Amino acid sequence: MATLDPFLWRALLAGMMVAAIAAPLGCFAVWRRMAYFGDSLAHSALLGVALGILSGMGVMPGVVAVCALFALLLLWLQQKKLLATDTLLGILAHSALSLGMVAISVLNAPGLDLQAYLFGDILAVRTEELRWIAGGGALVLAVLLAHWPSLVLMTIHEDLARAEGVRTLRCQCVLMFLMTVAVAVSLHVVGILLMTSLLIIPAATARQFARSPEAMAVGAALIGILAVAGGLYASLTWDTPSGPSIVSSAAGMFFFLLPIGAAIRKRG
Amino acid sequence: MSSSETALIAADRLSITRQGRSILQDVSLEVGAGDFITIVGPNGAGKTMLLKAMMGLERIDSGAVTRRPGLRIGYVPQRLVADATIPLSVRHFLQLRTRVSAPTLERAAEETGITAHLDCPLHVLSGGELQRVLLARALLGRPDVLILDEPAQNLDVGGQLGFYKLLERLYREHGLTILMVSHDLHLVMASTKKVVCLFHHICCSGEPHVVTRDPEFIALFGDDMARLMAVYHHEHHHEHEEGHTHGHA
Repeated sequence: MATLDPFLWRALLAGMMVAAIAAPLGCFAVWRRMAYFGDSLAHSALLGVALGILSGMGVMPGVVAVCALFALLLLWLQQKKLLATDTLLGILAHSALSLGMVAISVLNAPGLDLQAYLFGDILAVRTEELRWIAGGGALVLAVLLAHWPSLVLMTIHEDLARAEGVRTLRCQCVLMFLMTVAVAVSLHVVGILLMTSLLIIPAATARQFARSPEAMAVGAALIGILAVAGGLYASLTWDTPSGPSIVSSAAGMFFFLLPIGAAIRKRG
Repeated sequence: MSSSETALIAADRLSITRQGRSILQDVSLEVGAGDFITIVGPNGAGKTMLLKAMMGLERIDSGAVTRRPGLRIGYVPQRLVADATIPLSVRHFLQLRTRVSAPTLERAAEETGITAHLDCPLHVLSGGELQRVLLARALLGRPDVLILDEPAQNLDVGGQLGFYKLLERLYREHGLTILMVSHDLHLVMASTKKVVCLFHHICCSGEPHVVTRDPEFIALFGDDMARLMAVYHHEHHHEHEEGHTHGHA
């Protein structure tokens, strides 16, 4: 067995951690129809990258700050109830992406690899980023675990949850914030444009087999981890781009497992 | 004011305005232990808003709602749209956010007639089954007050009859306190102790057979409805055996 180079270990570790973080949030994205929200949030991350570098805050804090602002802006616009959420997301997502592109071109930072931010570059993950991912991941999973039953009940029926004492607006904000952190830490793994797939595909695949919300989240994590390993292997073997390879392997698993899941459900 | 001291929930001159429209005006309503109050009124009369305000879920513009400290409320919403994207069994749903022992859960399931569905995913249940699941969940919280918002609105006639019959039985056997919005006044006449007729303000209220003769009630629902109610009331006073069907051909 060939020994792995340190950069490969880092890549594998980063990818697996990100898959584990994205999995339960991806379940909520599937249940609450937040796929487009996740996508828009990811688009706004590019502006965060630019501002993070510009202000000297660093890329990850910049992304978290801009994504959080984006989520708050959306929440505020939603309260006005004049325009539908998908309209608002369409406006916000692409203006944020465009602003990000403009900011990066103005910034003209030497060595800034736009491609890496758009599609991810997991093989370039450094130890510092690994720490960010581990820290952010621990935060996301801890908060999620603490709020889990309330979040699930709110997803089933919002008024019922409120009547039973769940502070639903707070829970919604918590979920948005966790998505923000997840976007920031997945940036290096799959990049801005493929972020949603890492949330959605493992969760959607796990849905085929899961009989409880918890099983779906754990299953999504396992599928995500396998997809990362598979994608990384493909990337090394055939020298393909890492982010798209990971997403392709996740998509491959989804379509391979789809008929199997259907057959199992049919048999009861 | 001894009655308001014993009330479980009391709305006092409650007014709610939303986007410049007055939804509730000067509504005063008390729910005491053992009450069975049915709120009727046309669509958009503010019935759901009143329930939510009584539960403390809506911002109040003037007046007050007081709830007895530590009051446990069981809520049965109009409907549960169970989504296939989330895998959740009935049993799991009943245990979400609450710790209930297995025997307690089994008993609640038995009383509401959902034992056979306990391990089914929520999304395969029919509307009537889902409403009974919601009722079971509300009962598991051992509520001081059960609040139902048009709980049989989306059921067929058979389902409505079954649901209200179950509710009446639970009311009698458990000594529940019920505050309900319902269009199906004719189906709950027998147990309802007090009918509140709401159209932004309380038009009239009192015992069912009194309210249905009230000119305000007749103005709101029409003469036919009032006469229909009178017929039902008459029947309920004569027949109480199990399984009797309403309406003589």
